[in-house]
Amino acid sequence: MNYNWNWGIFWQPAPDGTGVYLWWLISGLGWTLATALLAWVFALALGAAVGTLRTTPLTWVVRLGNAYVELFRNVPLLVQMFLWYFVLPELLPKALGDTLKQMTPPWASFWPAVLCLAFYTSARVAEQVRAGIQSLPRGQHMAGTALGLTLPQSYRYVLLPQAFRIILPPLTSEFMNIIKNSAVALTIGLMELTARARSMQEFSFQVFEAFTAATVIYICVTLVVVYAMRRVEKRVQVPGLISAGGAPLAGH
Amino acid sequence: MFADFDFDVIERSLPFLFKEGMTFTLTLTAMAMTGGIVFGTLLAMMRLSSYAVLNVPAALYVNLMRSVPLVLVIFWFYFLVPWMGGWIVGAREPIQVGAFWSSVITFTMFEAAYYAEIMRAGIQSVARGQVSAGQALGLNYWQSMGYVVLPQAFRNMLPVLLTQTIILFQDTSLVYVLSIVDFLGAAARIAQRDGRLIEMYLFVAVVYFIISYSLSYMVKRLQQRIAVV
Repeated sequence: MNYNWNWGIFWQPAPDGTGVYLWWLISGLGWTLATALLAWVFALALGAAVGTLRTTPLTWVVRLGNAYVELFRNVPLLVQMFLWYFVLPELLPKALGDTLKQMTPPWASFWPAVLCLAFYTSARVAEQVRAGIQSLPRGQHMAGTALGLTLPQSYRYVLLPQAFRIILPPLTSEFMNIIKNSAVALTIGLMELTARARSMQEFSFQVFEAFTAATVIYICVTLVVVYAMRRVEKRVQVPGLISAGGAPLAGH
Repeated sequence: MFADFDFDVIERSLPFLFKEGMTFTLTLTAMAMTGGIVFGTLLAMMRLSSYAVLNVPAALYVNLMRSVPLVLVIFWFYFLVPWMGGWIVGAREPIQVGAFWSSVITFTMFEAAYYAEIMRAGIQSVARGQVSAGQALGLNYWQSMGYVVLPQAFRNMLPVLLTQTIILFQDTSLVYVLSIVDFLGAAARIAQRDGRLIEMYLFVAVVYFIISYSLSYMVKRLQQRIAVV
């Protein structure tokens, strides 16, 4: 039982003539990061808005926010990916749907992937934001009211600045999740890192080298993000408050 | 928009979707949950051990699994398991494991890392006096773990363990990348055969939503019941 190790494979030319196999992996990493970062920006904005609305005294808005979160949390990411990629263009008005279908290859799977990850992650961010705001002492909001702040003002100047500093650690792990989850986009044809490693394995038959390289790259990305966020977390930590990162949360 | 929505294709494929697909999904979830919790608890005990030989490998394993995408782990194990199997049995060739066992092993090993973190928090949530009391009674490590610490840790962490299982149930849909007929895989086959993507994928989403939502609702109720007042 012998496996033919060949670590030099990364410097051998890839069959599509664009360079060596290593370049495949690097361009894969580029797509992974581009997809994840763009989706993260949307997810953060959307999640912050929905999460904040879920803590307001407006019953109907809270219910809508809860429904939004439950909807995106209870359908598997892969199914959501298929809905954005296969189903959405059919349900839109014909002209718009056709435009979506006629996009050139990387973009046709890139945009659905970004939207899918953005909405999926925004529900999780919304949950963290809600938990963060609700973890603040009730007196904070009351003090704001006593000072004559309106509801939007007390969110803007009192509640949100504290809540975001508290939920930074769980948001870091959501950011890690969005990078990892972007690998699901390979099912709709996005050539991100995992997809590149997979096709490198198919063309070169060097299974373990290809997957080892991808694994090492993912670990490096994780280390960089964790290190950078540690520094940020330390800077913005609220003195005297235990961070919300202590409680274990189910995740993947 | 829904004018030519074909409910008939869903009705015709129900037996295939549920008898083949959902059975696979549920079996895989149940087996990976059991294996994952057992293996995860062992990993958590290793991580909390004071011996570096035990806690360092456990920490490395958990952190490795948690920093790689599940899709990549599925590919890894799909190719690795036959080689490992052949090496354990001492065969000359990598042995054929089959898609089902390959995915059971993958999900067990992957989810174990997540269950391990939950169980670690659970074990740490048990008051130290409990362990001391166990020692004072003359219990050894395994006895005090088995009779004192773990039962309380499980009870404290039950809602989180169940939530993780709901996530596992949703994650099993990723075996699609190995062309396995799970619930989503079955639907995808019908969808592509009959050209009915909209109907099948929406139906799959609705079924997953109903199951996951009712399970998470029950977990929420359970959490309220067993919460320490």
